[in-house]
Amino acid sequence: MVDIATPTPARPEAPAVPEFQIVPLAGLPVVGLVLVGLVVTIATNKQWAIDFFHVVAGGIWTALDLFLGFVIGPILGRLSIPARIEFTTRLMPKMVLIMPTVVVCTLAAGWQLARHLGYLASSDPHHGWIVASFIVVAVMAVIALGLLEPANVAVLFELKKPRPDGEIIAKLMKRFIMTAGITGAMQVATLVIMTKVASS
Amino acid sequence: MSSHSADVGSSSPLLDRKLPPVAELVVLSLAMMLSGGVYLAASLPKPPGLAPVVALLAAGAALTMVAVVMLSRVGDFAWDKFFLVAKWALLAYAIIAGILGFVFVYDHTRGGTLAVLLCTLAVFAVDVPTIIGFTVARYQDPGSTSTLQVLPD
Repeated sequence: MVDIATPTPARPEAPAVPEFQIVPLAGLPVVGLVLVGLVVTIATNKQWAIDFFHVVAGGIWTALDLFLGFVIGPILGRLSIPARIEFTTRLMPKMVLIMPTVVVCTLAAGWQLARHLGYLASSDPHHGWIVASFIVVAVMAVIALGLLEPANVAVLFELKKPRPDGEIIAKLMKRFIMTAGITGAMQVATLVIMTKVASS
Repeated sequence: MSSHSADVGSSSPLLDRKLPPVAELVVLSLAMMLSGGVYLAASLPKPPGLAPVVALLAAGAALTMVAVVMLSRVGDFAWDKFFLVAKWALLAYAIIAGILGFVFVYDHTRGGTLAVLLCTLAVFAVDVPTIIGFTVARYQDPGSTSTLQVLPD
């Protein structure tokens, strides 16, 4: 009788995980500089600088959320595992630094700007829109801080393991892509509110 | 570019592990802090009625405490990873809360309103690191002794 060796199921070739830092150290001085700039701007109360911080940081925040939610997210979901890993290890550590920085700059400078322009007074015609923007930001913050960012960091930790678990990564990435889509959609509301405030 | 080879695709018991609803409770607390913040911000600069926001603050802080107590009772947990992530996240969110607090102080918010705002920011600054630390640690092997670092000590 001839022995036929049962073929062992072929193990998928292990994709390479590039070396990466979960928090890119090189970016920390830049973040520090931006935050010092923000505090100085608020302390000196110069309208142009406050406007600059709010518009630039808010524009970056909105664009990133829309781009991640509606462009990068769906693409990422269709990439092969090795491509997804490589892209994730290059993009997500940067997001760990960029997103909290642009969010705090937008909110702190935006608050000062609204105060400068008198929009915080309940008698101001813009007050309703400003309160609506607070609500939109609060909902986005719950989603981003409670679901999106933890998933982002957890994926990076998983990828640092000698044997990352594909199921864990898939579960966390699904959460990341879904929440990025929701915050992206909410940024459309932010755009509507801000353009209404600016043009009325 | 250096890289390590990864076996991606193995099923993990870490996914099926039953843990207390720490993340859910803390996210609810976070939502309460942000709701209180929106209420106060919408009422300023005139002094707002503090009762609703104090109620939200107390309920949110209680939820965070319940979550922390539930978490502390989990024996088999990657505490090293939890504390590693939570301590750096706490530093980051303390700075963020500090900047937001500075804005309110700078704008002459005073008295009870300022106290409630600062307490709200304090609970917020604890909530976010707890959620991030828990989410990372729940997928880590409790027995792991790896010395992975987020930032150098």
